[in-house]
Amino acid sequence: MDLKLKIWRQKNAAAKGKIVDYDISEVSSDMSFLEMLDVLNRELTEKGDEPVSFDHDCREGICGSCSLQINGRPHGPDGGTTTCQLHMRKFKDGDSIVIEPFRAKAFPIVKDLIIDRSAFDRVQHAGAFISVNTSGNTQDANATPINKGDADHAFDAASCIGCGACVAACKNASAMLFVSAKVSQYALLPQGQVEREKRVTDMVSQMDEEGFGACTNTGACEAECPKGISITNIARMNREFIGSNLKS
Amino acid sequence: MKIGANFPAKTPEGPIEDKWTSYKNKIDLVNPANKRLIDIIVVGTGLAGGSAAASLAELGYNVKAFCFQDSPRRAHSIAAQGGINASKNYMGDGDSDYRLFYDTVKGGDYRAREENVYRLAEVSGNIIDQCVAQGVPFARDYGGLLDNRSFGGVLVSRTFYAKGQTGQQLLLGAYSAMNRQIARGKIKMYNRHEMMDLVIVEGKARGIIAKNLITGELERHSAHAVVIASGGYGNVFYLSTNAMGSNVSAAWKIHRKGAWFANPCFTQIHPTCIPVSGDHQSKLTLMSESLRNDGRIWVPAKEEDVKAIRSGTLKPTAIAEADRDYFLERRYPAFGNLVPRDVASRAAKERCDAGFGVNATGEAVYLDFAAAVIRYGKEKALVTHQDANNEALVLELGREIIATKYGNLFQMYEKIVDENPYETPMMIYPAVHYTMGGVWVDYDLMTTVPGCYAIGEANFSEHGANRLGASALMQGLADGYFVLPYTIGNYLAKDIRTGAIPVDTPEFAAAEKGVQEQLERFINNKGSKPVDYFHKKLGKIMWDKVGMSRNSKDLKEAIEEIQAIRDEFYKEVKVPGDLDGFNEELAKAGRVADFLELGELFAKDALNREESCGGHFREEHQTPEGEAKRDKAFQYVAAWEHNGAPKDANLHKEMLDYKYIEVKERSYK
Repeated sequence: MDLKLKIWRQKNAAAKGKIVDYDISEVSSDMSFLEMLDVLNRELTEKGDEPVSFDHDCREGICGSCSLQINGRPHGPDGGTTTCQLHMRKFKDGDSIVIEPFRAKAFPIVKDLIIDRSAFDRVQHAGAFISVNTSGNTQDANATPINKGDADHAFDAASCIGCGACVAACKNASAMLFVSAKVSQYALLPQGQVEREKRVTDMVSQMDEEGFGACTNTGACEAECPKGISITNIARMNREFIGSNLKS
Repeated sequence: MKIGANFPAKTPEGPIEDKWTSYKNKIDLVNPANKRLIDIIVVGTGLAGGSAAASLAELGYNVKAFCFQDSPRRAHSIAAQGGINASKNYMGDGDSDYRLFYDTVKGGDYRAREENVYRLAEVSGNIIDQCVAQGVPFARDYGGLLDNRSFGGVLVSRTFYAKGQTGQQLLLGAYSAMNRQIARGKIKMYNRHEMMDLVIVEGKARGIIAKNLITGELERHSAHAVVIASGGYGNVFYLSTNAMGSNVSAAWKIHRKGAWFANPCFTQIHPTCIPVSGDHQSKLTLMSESLRNDGRIWVPAKEEDVKAIRSGTLKPTAIAEADRDYFLERRYPAFGNLVPRDVASRAAKERCDAGFGVNATGEAVYLDFAAAVIRYGKEKALVTHQDANNEALVLELGREIIATKYGNLFQMYEKIVDENPYETPMMIYPAVHYTMGGVWVDYDLMTTVPGCYAIGEANFSEHGANRLGASALMQGLADGYFVLPYTIGNYLAKDIRTGAIPVDTPEFAAAEKGVQEQLERFINNKGSKPVDYFHKKLGKIMWDKVGMSRNSKDLKEAIEEIQAIRDEFYKEVKVPGDLDGFNEELAKAGRVADFLELGELFAKDALNREESCGGHFREEHQTPEGEAKRDKAFQYVAAWEHNGAPKDANLHKEMLDYKYIEVKERSYK
């Protein structure tokens, strides 16, 4: 198929960016979206132009490196999918595709389609851990049985890949889904109880400091999350946060 | 030549089950106040590097951790699916440290160092305790206890898992431990930084030259020890299940500075990957080995059925049981579909080479869940007091169970292949997945460069010629959490009075200059072909001639062809953009330059090893039934010392004695 690509190009964080048009032909429907961009980049390189920079690594939907706002939607039109797992069979011949970086004040642009998501790391530094030494001298792994329902819900929350689609989907650029998934994982497990209150307070405070917006419950984050992280995690974090403040 | 005089493996004396304990009792320790005076660089933040960085920082050392990704959480360990082994014997099926040790040595076809493997088995249980304490959400049963499953090459269930995302959960566990230390200021994290070279001062590893991938600036970083945890080199094949950025460069740079590189030809070709769809393919996707617990692998028994399938006139589901060849069950009745990876891969290749491949390229076999769906469905119907003879109900219930076990894998398959694996069998084919070879290390995990360590997939040690499923995660975390933090202290105890290592020295300047010159050479080259052109060409030679099955003629040709591509690469490569700023093509050029050297050493190693063992199959050395034929004369680790061009590398042999395990013909029949 032949496609028209409209891609955000920006030399670096300080430069002014703009949308540039590219035509690409003979795209196979079996290609992934990023493989289609690989073809464009090969053509650009051969012509002596600079290829389009984008983040990617595992290309199997788990590392969370890839991003891209494709026709206005984080990770493109297919639900439950990261950009690297989006296939060109979801598009048709003659389509125009607008490709932009994830947009949020807390995710500044590095170059072209690459953004800086280190704000997510800093929120995690603030409390996304259990303070246990890695000496191996802990209790036996089966000493504390954990209700299967709680364990499964904790797993579901922990399956977040940290890609930032929730922020990009939200009109307020809120990071509540990302932060609440981590808070929930630990709040649901017995190991997370000791630091439960401090954790939520510290992480929420760092989240605010990073410049993410507030949550207005539109649910766009859940709808666009490639891993189906549930918005009930946000409700849980709100409860945790209020509970923590009442006790302190 | 035997590794002896200068670089002994330094394995401790005593009975194997006491070696690690007596070692720990005797090593030198660094007191907590002195640890604050010591800096350690860790390159790579996967399971090995992440767990090492966290543990070393927790002990009190000052850690500088480097990753080329935008966050340590994205290291490729995250993509490991199936599980992690530990000899907990929670299932009561007779597991023990010895059995895990035995299975790992046997699975590796008797090409691993006994002492290292036993230590690995010994600490495996600790890993599970540690991860649970960190809040890693492993799968549990309804009683709230941890669940286990079985993997290839073993007769017990010792694999702990978190759906098909075990690597992700373990890595996020290590990342959380890192976060705690980053918050305390004990780890200084350098994201989007790539190690460009090792700096050696007075014979000791004392730092690295790193490149800030955002600004393009070169930086000098010093330390009292350097730990390489940069993963494997599977991407030398271009197409592999590794991440796009996975590379050999950190390991190769230390090799060029004196670290011996061991057994490069020991590479794992994983049997269950999604087949190649076309020339545009940038990487391959693994389907977890856990699928072989319930999936049956087959091809049609009749050639006319193969033709009909390829032309689209026959559906696999329409082929009668009698006309299917379940070739693993046929050839290996005892282990069936759960034979080790190397055996399963070669058997699939054998059927496809014989003309029974089931897709257009002729390189695919079926992995079929129909029998498991019915088995689970009937059981569920009985347990829930429903009609077990109602076929539609049984199918529905069975598919639900399969979905809870493998849902994410089935979904991933459908996205990529556009077929529903609940309704039609999956198509799979072997792909490069893991490299058992790597930097040679002694019992302390130290390379032949004093003060430079290699851990995780980057080293060669535990898996011999073939790695068993769910053992990579175990090794990465064992090295990082429980082995290196002890062994490195034994070396650093001598460094407590050294003080900070200065970076304004001739050694750092020389290393930086070398890096700068190579970068300039790429940018200023007046070539016409992009980096990927050369990488693909290298990958094709590696796959065709140094892949699943090797022979002397092909290997010799491969060596010459790789040398020729290397020459062409330096003449013809075109790297767009500037030295400054983010330039992915420039980063790729440096990595491919190293792959072009490693590839040649890889082929040279395969040519030297005149036997078949594990993942290394030499056509000249097979039994009449087509099984791998080992040779006692090659019961050694081939450690290569850099000596200019790869063709001139010197071979050192570490002979392997098996005192605690009887070396037997590896049979899974």
